[in-house]
Amino acid sequence: MVGSCEKIMIFYFFAFFLKLQGGMSNELYNTIARVTDGIYEGIAIGGDVFPGSTLSDHVLRFNNIPQVKMIVVLGELGGQDEYSLVEALKQGKVNKPVVAWVSGTCARLFKSEVQFGHAGAKSGGELESAQAKNQALKDAGAVVPTSYEALETAIKETFEKLVEAGKITPVKEVKPPQIPEDLNIAIKSGRVRAPTHIISTISDDRGEEPCYAGVPMSSIVEQGYGVGDVISLLWFKRSLPRYCTKFIEICIMLCADHGPCVSGAHNTIVTARAGKDLVSSLVSGLLTIGPRFGGAIDDAARYFKDAYDRGLTAYEFVESMKKKGIRVPGIGHRIKRGDNRDKRVELLQLFARTNFPSVKYMEYAVQVETYTLSKANNLVLNVDGAIGSLFLDLLAGSGMFTKQEIDEIIEIGYLNGLFVLARSIGLIGHTFDQKRLKQPLYRHPWEDVLYTK
Amino acid sequence: MARKKIREYDSKRLVKQHLKRLAGIDLQICSAQVTQSTDFSELTNNEPWLSSSRLVVKPDMLFGKRGKSGLVALNLDLAQVAEFVKGRLGTEVEMGGCKGPITTFIVEPFVPHDQEYYLSIVSERLGCTISFSECGGIEIEENWDKVKTIFLPTEKHMTLEACAPLIATLPLEVRGKIGDFIMGVFAVFQDLDFSFIEMNPFTLVNGEPYPLDMRGELDDTAAFKNFKKWGDIEFPLPFGRVLSSTEGFIHALDEKTSASLKFTVLNPKGRIWTMVAGGGASVIYADTVGDLGYASELGNYAEYSGAPNEEEVLQYARVVVDCATADPDGQKRALLIGGGIANFTDVAATFNGIIRALREKESKLKASRMHIYVRRGGPNYQTGLAKMRALGEELGVPLEVYGPEATMTGICKQAIDCVMSAA
Repeated sequence: MVGSCEKIMIFYFFAFFLKLQGGMSNELYNTIARVTDGIYEGIAIGGDVFPGSTLSDHVLRFNNIPQVKMIVVLGELGGQDEYSLVEALKQGKVNKPVVAWVSGTCARLFKSEVQFGHAGAKSGGELESAQAKNQALKDAGAVVPTSYEALETAIKETFEKLVEAGKITPVKEVKPPQIPEDLNIAIKSGRVRAPTHIISTISDDRGEEPCYAGVPMSSIVEQGYGVGDVISLLWFKRSLPRYCTKFIEICIMLCADHGPCVSGAHNTIVTARAGKDLVSSLVSGLLTIGPRFGGAIDDAARYFKDAYDRGLTAYEFVESMKKKGIRVPGIGHRIKRGDNRDKRVELLQLFARTNFPSVKYMEYAVQVETYTLSKANNLVLNVDGAIGSLFLDLLAGSGMFTKQEIDEIIEIGYLNGLFVLARSIGLIGHTFDQKRLKQPLYRHPWEDVLYTK
Repeated sequence: MARKKIREYDSKRLVKQHLKRLAGIDLQICSAQVTQSTDFSELTNNEPWLSSSRLVVKPDMLFGKRGKSGLVALNLDLAQVAEFVKGRLGTEVEMGGCKGPITTFIVEPFVPHDQEYYLSIVSERLGCTISFSECGGIEIEENWDKVKTIFLPTEKHMTLEACAPLIATLPLEVRGKIGDFIMGVFAVFQDLDFSFIEMNPFTLVNGEPYPLDMRGELDDTAAFKNFKKWGDIEFPLPFGRVLSSTEGFIHALDEKTSASLKFTVLNPKGRIWTMVAGGGASVIYADTVGDLGYASELGNYAEYSGAPNEEEVLQYARVVVDCATADPDGQKRALLIGGGIANFTDVAATFNGIIRALREKESKLKASRMHIYVRRGGPNYQTGLAKMRALGEELGVPLEVYGPEATMTGICKQAIDCVMSAA
C-alpha cells in the first residue's frame, strides 16, 4: 500500500489519548501513498495536552533530513503547539514545503465549551481555534487547503511542483514483498481454519455467563443446585436426579476427613508445620492417595461389577480372588468388626435402600461380606466397598447411562475422584488448623524409630 | 491529561482540608453549597455559622465575572440569602455567549476587607507558572502589569528562595505569612493533581490568609490515585451545556464503558447526521460538512472509539438513528457512517451493532427518506462493508459503501448533493 520511497515525510499530530487510536494516521498514510511516491517517516504525537515531543521539534528535525522533500502536518484545535511551527516558518527555519491542515473548524458550531475525543482538543480561546491556526500557518507560508477534503489535492500539487522543479525524481513503485497473512484476521474473515490444540466439552466461559454442561450459572444458582448437581454436570455432563446428587453429596461429606492420623492428613500436617503454603500442604496430603490409602473405591467397584456381571456367587468370587492372591477391595477394616459395623456404611445403605430404584450391586457386596465375615470378624464391608457398590447401583439404576458409559466411568477412575475431592476439604482444614495453632516444625521422635542394622 | 473544572465549593473544600495536612495552615474559611434540593434548616444544623454570620452568596457555575455581572450579593442574613437564591435558582443567564440556568450557589461568611491579593498556579508543559499580585480583585486584568510571575520547572522543588521574587515587595509583617501560604497552596496543587488554581482575591483576616474567591481545575486522569483525597468530587459540565435526554443517555453510557461514546445534537432539524469512528476522524467529518458550506444542515457531532462492544454500539446507534429520523418532513436526509482506516478495531464487529440498530429502525429510516453513506477501512473491513451492502439491499434503504480506496470525507460531498437535490 505505502511505497518504500524516501521522498516524503508525513508528520501527523493527533491520536493517542489513553486509548490506542490511530485511525487518522493510517488514513493519512493511505492518502499520501495515493498521490506521491511514498513516505519517509510518519509520527503520531498524540492528542494529549502535553505530548512528549512537539510539532516544531519534528518539523525542524525533518527539515534537516536530506531525503525528506516535503512535510505534511495534520493538527487539531486546542493548545498552541502549531504556533511554534508558525514561528519556525516565519523565521525561515524550514525551507521545505509544508502542507498543513488543522482540524476542528466545526468547533464554532458548538454553543458551549466542548471536549472533543482528545484531551488536547478542547475548544477554548480564539487563538486555539482551528480557523486561527490554519490562517496563521497559511500566513507563515504553509500550503493550507480550504478543507480536509482538499488536503489530498494540496499534497498532490505540492509534490508535482517539486517533481517539475526537478527537486524530486519519483521513485518507481516497488512491489512490496508478500507478507504472510495474519492468522487471526484470516480466521475472522472465514477463509481458513486452524486445528485446535484443546477440546473442552464440559464448560464454556465465552458467553454472558459461564455454563456447566450447557447449564448457565444463573440457572444453577436460581434453581438451588447443590455441589452434587455441579459434580453431576461437570463430571457426568448431565443433570442426574436429586437422589443421585444427594448421594454424591453424602459420599463427599462422609469422606471429607478421617482424623489427623491417616496418611493424607499426617502428610498435610507435617508440611503445614514446615511452613509451607496451603497448596503445598494440600497436595502433599493428596499425593498419598492411591492403592493403599483411599484409592480402593474404584477397585471395589471394578471387582464387584465384574463378579456380579459374570454371575459369580460370593463364594466363587472370594475364592477366585484368594487364588490370585488379591485382597478383595472394599472388604476389611482395621478397627470395625462384624458386631460393630462402620456407621458410615450403615448410613449409606439406609439412604440407598430408601431412595434407589435398585440396589443389586450393594446386595451382592453384602453377600460377599457375609461370606468373608465367616472367615474373620474384621472382614466387614468398609466405606470404600459401600460407595463402590452403591455407585454401580446409581449408574445402572438411574437409567441415564449406557453400559459402555458405565464401563468407561469405572475404568477411568471417576470414583477415586470423589475421594480426592472430599478429602481435600479435610486436608485444607488441617492446614488451616496447624497454621492457626502456630505449630512449629514437626520432627519425628528418635524413640519412635527402630534404629537397627 | 484532561483539565476538568470543579466548583468553587470543591476547590475551597480541597484546599482547606489539605492545606492543613500538608502545610499545617488552618484556613478559617467556611462554605456551604445550595442547590434545588437544599433544605435550609438541615443546612443550618450542619453549618451553624450560617445563622450567626453576615453572608455572601453567588452562583457556583464555573463562570467568572460574577461581581461585574451583578450576581454576587453581599452582607445578607440567612433569610435574605434564601430569598436571593429563590429568585435566581433555575433562571437563565447569558455569560460569554453561553446561556444556561443557574443551579448551584455558594454561601460564605461576609468578610469586609481592604487588601485584595491575587494568586494563580498553572500547570504547563515544562513546569508550573505561579503568579502573585498585591492588586487583586475584579480589576486584576486592568492591573496585570503589577502581577509578578515565576516559572518553576517540573524537576525543581518549591523553596522560599524560588518564591522570593513574588513577595519581595510586600511589607515585612505580612511577607512571611504570604510566602508560607503560597508554598502551602503549591504543595496542595501538586499533591492533589490540580492543573489550575486561582484565588482572586485572597485577603488577610487577623493576619491569616483567607481566600475569598477561588477557581480550580483538576487533572481528571489522576482520579485513580486521588479517590480518597478528592472525596466526593463533581466535574460539572461546562456552563451552558445542558444535556438533552438523548445526550444524557449517551453520556451515561460513555461513563460506564472503557470505550469513548460522544453525542451532541447541533441542530435537531438538520438533514445531515454523522456517526463516526475515532476522535480525530469525527471532528474532520463535522469540519468538512461545515467547510463545504452546510454547517446549518449538520444535525450532530458523534464519535465512537476505543473498541466499544457490539451491545454498546447497538445502544449508541439506536439513539443516533432515532434523532436523525425524528419528525420526518418529506425532505431527504443523509446519515454518514464514517471513519478512517482503523489500526486495531475490528470493523465488522463494530458494524454489527450499527447494522442491528439500522434493521430495527427500518421503517423510521424509510419514513425520513434517509440516505446512508458508509466509508471505513481497517481490520476485517471487507466483511464489515459487505454486511453493510447486503443490509442496504435487504432493507431497500439507499445505502452506499466505500472502503479505503475512496477519500475519507468524500461521502460528505455526496450526502450534501443528495439532500440538496430536488425530489
